[in-house]
This record gives sequence, structure tokens and C-alpha cells, in this order.
Amino acid sequence: MSPVDAVRVSHVSFSYDGTPVLEDVHFTIPQRSFISIVGPNAGGKTTLLKLMLGLLRPSRGTIEILGMPPAKARTRIGYMPQHVQLDLQFPVTVLDVALMGRLGRRLPIGPYSRADRAGALEALRKLEMQDLAGRPFMALSGGQRQRVLIARALASEPQMLFLDEPTANVDMVVETELFELLHEMSKTITVVVVSHDLGFVSQYVQSVVCVNRRVMVHPTASVTGEVIRDLYLSDVCMVRHHHRDG
Amino acid sequence: MGEFLTDLPRYPFLQHALLVGALAGVACGIIGSYVVTKKISTIAGSISHTVLGGLGAARYCQVVHGWDWFHPLYGAVLAALIAALVIGLVGMKARQREDTVIGALWAVGMAAGILFISRTPGYSEDLMSYLFGSILMVSAGDLWLIAGLDLFVVVVAALFYNQFLAVCFDEEFARLRGVRVEGFYLLLLCMTALTVVLLVTVVGIIMVIAIITLPAAVAGEFTKRLWHMMLLSALLTVAFTTAGLALSYGPDLPAGATIIAVAGTVYLASVVGVRLFRLKR
Repeated sequence: MSPVDAVRVSHVSFSYDGTPVLEDVHFTIPQRSFISIVGPNAGGKTTLLKLMLGLLRPSRGTIEILGMPPAKARTRIGYMPQHVQLDLQFPVTVLDVALMGRLGRRLPIGPYSRADRAGALEALRKLEMQDLAGRPFMALSGGQRQRVLIARALASEPQMLFLDEPTANVDMVVETELFELLHEMSKTITVVVVSHDLGFVSQYVQSVVCVNRRVMVHPTASVTGEVIRDLYLSDVCMVRHHHRDG
Repeated sequence: MGEFLTDLPRYPFLQHALLVGALAGVACGIIGSYVVTKKISTIAGSISHTVLGGLGAARYCQVVHGWDWFHPLYGAVLAALIAALVIGLVGMKARQREDTVIGALWAVGMAAGILFISRTPGYSEDLMSYLFGSILMVSAGDLWLIAGLDLFVVVVAALFYNQFLAVCFDEEFARLRGVRVEGFYLLLLCMTALTVVLLVTVVGIIMVIAIITLPAAVAGEFTKRLWHMMLLSALLTVAFTTAGLALSYGPDLPAGATIIAVAGTVYLASVVGVRLFRLKR
């Protein structure tokens, strides 16, 4: 067991043009765990993720990823962004997109190697997209595109996986399959999933990072209707579920 | 057309013109595909117009200050690279100003060129011919510079194809994979600048924006991967310049304008054709 935490966020505050988005955020995520970041819209979930990726810098406090500054650790992170603003006219195939995940694992020059292609195809296989590898990315449905973007994140063989709303465009069956897959992967790597659907994710994850400007961390077992109500400041519908690991 | 074919083996200037068209076509296919997919055609247009400033300044220095080595094409390369870097840096540091700077450089570059030319004693008609292209006036010396620029663009584009693709497709993700996004974007703009200079000799400053986008846009209708698009676009550009030269030669039409007319016609036909074909099915 490594003593280094996957994520260590110490007293972090962040504001956009003076408007505070996060205040005094303080939590750690151990390695090889499955964590969900939940909270209301505009509560700061994506901001927190971008801080953890080093795409934004905290106004106060420090963040360490695997004991390093985020910008240094970022190539070890597989990331799938939310609401991707991608040009759907762009001439790329599914495999081309997955291969982008291999950048940063290779010499920064010349074509992709056989190992890169194998890695990208393996990532597509995990998401059952390998048969569509030669298809134009723009010809896919929204759900298929999302899976390709998850495969792109996986293709880098990361030590951590950050997914921002990975189930926004997929149906319930795919969502369940995806979380089974992520649960399996969390035995070897750290998986962090941003979700607005607390009820569903809580049957898979070990703890929930609740973000609404401030951050509270709850082991999944203690997430009750009251906690959720406090977080969202309004009644929410709690999905009843059984814990797989009791 | 027949006249073109009989004169081609006899006149080196025609052979040079064909060769320049082919060389510029290769770079144009590659860079044009990036320009179209990354949607930076106005940047290419702006860089193109600053070239007149560079041409004029170099000629002024040659004639007035006696800097004989400062060939107008060096001035063009310098001005294009400076414009590319300025637009690139402004776009990265202050995105909301980018559009303004593109427009400002477009006009100011042009104005500087006109002023320098007006202050240069002697005959400067040849510089004005860069506005509309001067492919038939390319000398053997120009040919070497053009070949060198072409080689540079092709080699860099081939070596860093994957990085450029990732930067154009999804900048944020590329950054997270450790790609130096800013550096590659600036490099791409500089390569665009060099390609623009190549194309200025072929079709002229004013029509560069068309030759850099039209073949790539046609290729985009028929291809699904970026490098396929580049390949087809390069072939099309070479075909357009050759056809334009051949068609313009007999009736003594301006070559640059004829090339653009050919490219525009093919583009229109392909866009309409593809849509009609889809409707029919």
C-alpha cells in the first residue's frame, strides 16, 4: 500500500471574478477508491475537478495529486469532460479519438506505435465500441460518443480516472454497465465520478464528496435523506438501494 | 490549352510556374485542412494582407538603404511570421481581442505596404502584382526559397501530426495529455504564415484565403479522416493551379484569378452535388 493519497485538497478556495465558487474545501481521497462528487448545478463540481486537474489554480490553499502538484500529475489522470464542445464536422474516426488518450505516454514525435493502437483498441473494447473503431466520430449517437470519450480517457492507462457526468447521455442499462465497469476498475486505480444523481451512484461508491460551495465528505453508508436535503437545500428524491458491500 | 502544352517544354518560366503551383499545393493541402477544421481562415486572410507590408518594407530597404540581400520575399516571410505570432499571442492572452487584432493587422499591413511602395523611388509595379498573383514571374532563385519553405511545412506537419490533430480537435484534453498546446498552436500559425507566403506568389495576397480554404473544403466533403482530407486537398490544389495556368495561358487571362475561378467552381459543384446525391437516396 502506498502511503500517498490520490487526492489531497487542503483549505482550497476559488472564485471566478470575485464570486466565490468554493470555500475552504478540505478533503482527501485514498488511492484505489471509487468516489463520487455530487452537488447541485453550479455548485462547483466541475470547478473542483478542474482545480484537481490543474486547469484552474486555487485562490487559496493547495492541491496535491499523488503527492505532486496537479499540473505535474495530470498525464497520469484519464479525464472525460462534461458537455464537450467538440466540432462534430471534424474529420476523425472513433479510433483517432481514442488514440488521443495515448499522447503523453509516448515520444512527442512521429506516428502512433503498435502498442498505442493496441491500447486504444483495448480501451474501446472495454466500452464495447471496438466494432465502431473505423466509424467517423460525428456519425455516432450522443451516448456512443460519450463512451468513446470515456475510452479515450482509459486509453492512457491512467492511475486515476476523472469522469464529469459520464452518464448524461446514456440510458439506464448502459449506466449500470458503466458503473459495474468503473467499480471493477476502482480495485486497481482511483475513480472519481462527478454526478448529479446521488441515489444511483451511492450503491457503487465508497464515499461521496458533496459540493455546494463548501464540501462535506460522507462515507456512503451515512448518506441519508437529511444529508442530501442539507446539500441541495430542498427536498430531493432518494432512490432506495441496497449496499453491495454492506 | 493546346498553346499551353506546346509552349510548356520551350519556356522555363512556364515550367517554374507549374512547379511552384505543385509545391505550394502540397503545403496548401496540409495547412488548408487545419485552417478549415480549426476555423482560422480569417487569421490566414489577415496574415496574407500583412505580407504586402513586408514586401513593401523590404523593397524600400533595398532601394533606399541599399540592403541588396533583403529580397522582398524575405520581407514577406518576416511580416507573415510576425502577424501569426501577434494574432496567436493575443488570442491566447485576451481571447475577446483576437477578432479586433485580426481586422487591424489585415488593414494596417496593407496600408504599410502601400505607403512603403509609394515612398520607394523607381519601378514597383511588380510588388503590386503580388496583390493578384505573379506565378509566371517566379525566378529560379524564388523557386529555391519556395521549395525550402514547402519542405519545412511538410516535415513539421508530418512529425507532429498527432499533436496538431489533438490540439485542433480538443485543446483542453490535449493539454491534459501533456501536449504543449500554446506552442503547437503558435507553430501551426507560423506554418500557416509560411504557406500563405507560398500561395501569395501563386494567386496573390487578395485571393490566398480562397485557395487555402476551397480545396480543403471540397476534400472535407468526401473524407472522414484528417490526413485523407490533407491528401485529397493537396491533389486538388495541384490540379486547380495546373488547370488554372493551362486555361489562362491561351486567352492571356490572369493566372491567379483563373485558378481561383476553377477552385470556386469545383467547390460549388461539390457542395451542390453532394447535397443532391443525398436527397436522391
